[in-house]
Amino acid sequence: MDEYILKVKKLNFYYGKKQVLFDIDMNIEKNCVTALIGPSGCGKTTFLRCFNRMHDLYKGNRYEGEILYNNTDILKIKDSIKLRSKIGMVFQSPTPFPMSIFDNVAYGLRLKGIKNRAELSDRVEDALIKAALWEEVKDRLSASSSGLSGGQQQRLVIARALAVEPDILLFDEPTSALDPIATSKIEELMIALKKITTIIVVTHNMQQAARVSDFTAFFYLGRLIEFNKTEEFFTRPKSKQTEDYITGKFG
Amino acid sequence: MDNLKKRELVSKIFIFISTFTAILGLFWLVFILSDLLIKGAASINWSLFVDDFVPPGLPGGGMKPAFIGQLIIVSIAVLIGIPIGLLGGTYIAEYGRNSKSAKFISMLSDLATSIPSIVVGTFVYAVVVKPMGHFSALAGSFALAIIMIPVMLKTTENMLKLVPWNLREAAFALGTPYYKVIFQIVYKSALTGLLTGTILSIARIAGETAPLLFTSLNNSFLSCNLTQPMASLTVTIYRYAMGPYDNWHTMAWAASFVITAFILILTIISRILVKWRYSKNG
Amino acid sequence: MKKEGTKSNSFELKNKITLFVTMFAAYFVPVLILSILVSLSFESADAFNKFGFFRFITTSTWDPVKQIFGGAAPIYGTVVTTVLSLIFAAPVSIGIAIFITQICPKKIKGIISGAIELLASIPSIIYGMWGLFVLAPIMSNYIEPFLQKTIGKLPLVGIIFKGTPIGIDLLTASLILSIMIIPFITSVARDSFELVPDNLIESAYGIGSTKWEVIKNIVLPYSKTGMYGGMILGIGRAIGETMAVAFVLGNKHEIVLSLLGASSTIPVTLANEFTEADSKIYMSSLFYLALILFVSSFVILAIAKYMILRTNKNG
Repeated sequence: MDEYILKVKKLNFYYGKKQVLFDIDMNIEKNCVTALIGPSGCGKTTFLRCFNRMHDLYKGNRYEGEILYNNTDILKIKDSIKLRSKIGMVFQSPTPFPMSIFDNVAYGLRLKGIKNRAELSDRVEDALIKAALWEEVKDRLSASSSGLSGGQQQRLVIARALAVEPDILLFDEPTSALDPIATSKIEELMIALKKITTIIVVTHNMQQAARVSDFTAFFYLGRLIEFNKTEEFFTRPKSKQTEDYITGKFG
Repeated sequence: MDNLKKRELVSKIFIFISTFTAILGLFWLVFILSDLLIKGAASINWSLFVDDFVPPGLPGGGMKPAFIGQLIIVSIAVLIGIPIGLLGGTYIAEYGRNSKSAKFISMLSDLATSIPSIVVGTFVYAVVVKPMGHFSALAGSFALAIIMIPVMLKTTENMLKLVPWNLREAAFALGTPYYKVIFQIVYKSALTGLLTGTILSIARIAGETAPLLFTSLNNSFLSCNLTQPMASLTVTIYRYAMGPYDNWHTMAWAASFVITAFILILTIISRILVKWRYSKNG
Repeated sequence: MKKEGTKSNSFELKNKITLFVTMFAAYFVPVLILSILVSLSFESADAFNKFGFFRFITTSTWDPVKQIFGGAAPIYGTVVTTVLSLIFAAPVSIGIAIFITQICPKKIKGIISGAIELLASIPSIIYGMWGLFVLAPIMSNYIEPFLQKTIGKLPLVGIIFKGTPIGIDLLTASLILSIMIIPFITSVARDSFELVPDNLIESAYGIGSTKWEVIKNIVLPYSKTGMYGGMILGIGRAIGETMAVAFVLGNKHEIVLSLLGASSTIPVTLANEFTEADSKIYMSSLFYLALILFVSSFVILAIAKYMILRTNKNG
């Protein structure tokens, strides 16, 4: 049994002619939280969006190298739709769809062709429980999702991603639009979720990386500078640039 | 000190002139609408809607065929125009987003919203009426549809572009194919906006006369045959207003009031919808 | 696993269909514009071959009996009514836009600009009818005699107010057109005034300028391009207007210097004669006029949009 769920080998990425990621090598461990940090423009979000091939939506983007997932190269898969149901994503600001709470969570399941009402409601409940939102919404599942608070909406989006039982969840600065209380709820949730899935999180907040992650990767100018167990990363950084960054000398 | 006083006086004069122009603008609006109200609303009666045309010079009669014809011609125009405009706008805002050809089409549509409507009439005459050999209600509907398509396309494009992009990305990230993203998520988010676009497009064509003059023409009798000439309210108003009889003029005013009220109400509803939707949720 | 595979295949197919259908709908517009150009050119070929271009636009003979057609009169009428309506409408529209953006209290701003925009949604046939029954009598009874008694007495310029004031003439038509284009010019001017940066305005007040000086020295120069764009848009609107003018201009193929004379414009000629044209060359000449109108309005509108777009980019 392979402990690495994702293996990134010599990944280069280009927006048109401009290269933004350079020779990234990185292995991501299963059932862990991996945090990607670095100053803005360093390529961490670009890197995250390679895993579910989000860049395919735009013309002129080009990958080189490979990302192995279950021994297949993500970058060569034709069917990005199926890939995305295995590798979910949560965005900066909450993105509830304009429909009821129930329909939001059931959305991915229905896409997969599940129509059975009982199965749907079981799995919606299950996902909402995992996302720690069930208690707050169980009495108003058919209410519109726009009535929820920002933090609740973000957990709803997480539940929506969890409902299809993804192997990996990608978080793109998931708390940057939230207040401190909602932020700490999402952080607790990430830690709890690693039992059932693997999490990669981009964050601009080093404390957050230190609190939630098992591994931390530091990106700078499109290159992976340092990647280590979080504890060692923050206490004994190997590179001078990493040390400068985590001590607040730049960034 | 004198200089300052002079400058302030000049400033006051120009502010007065500017205020006066605004009053002048409102004056025209009130002038026209009050005439419509006095001359039009006062002469509305039941027979206007339920009675057939009577031969020139005879008393009585109504405009029933024109009302029915107008309804038919506009409805068919809406059935053709709204879907094409909606789908075209969808292409510009979604699949074609950022592509040069889509930008070009969007720009052309912007210009097309102001093509003189009489030119559209001559075009439809050349491509529909002439080959068919006679005037027809369908030709009229087609002319109106041509006018409304760019309007609907532009509003659809603008309304869909207001839907935040990250909502689409979130749906893609779940593995949703683009067509489902559009129909289930983007359309739903932009629903009020699309409704507004539809209402505005209808308001845009409901009062059009010029494109109907030589397409659907006119008909002295009630007709529901789409391949034959059909009376429309606007062309009938034109004919009655230009005619020599006083009771024709009265009826033209009444019909004008009805059609203007209809259009102004549609316009105001669409404004309220936009204000309600886009000031509340940003 | 296999089932999901077929599912995403069907997704792909449906997606392709949606892409194709929406693209087809979008291309309707360029195809339409091209077909208008082609079909009008095709229909006017006879007239073009017979009368040429310069001869057609410079001859005013319009004789269905002898089958000689020249478009000079309606072209002249179109130009005069358009220019005159712009002269009437531009200052008023700019004034309204200044009032809305710089002078009026915030609370009634929305109501005033909404009311002015309502002018644009009144159907043109209503303007025409109102012009015929309400404005024309006022013009012929009060305004036109007054103009004749004052400006009409002056040498040289007096000629533009010669003739019997009947109210069905170039002056009345232009006035109605000007009311119709006020909302278009106003809204473009208003938008470009609103693009003037607040700190620019505040710094002008800061050095002790009066309100008018701020408007004259900062706001107007800053939004010059947008203002001109709005005026050209107004021209583009006025040039193709049919019904409002058809009621109050008569339909006379004659070039008259006096603004109190009946005349014709291209749209009015089309509206009145299209169904009556009884010969091929007559019809073709009408199509020729339509083509000239289409091309010129399209070019004018394109210039207007270009200028408006440029101001928006500057802002």
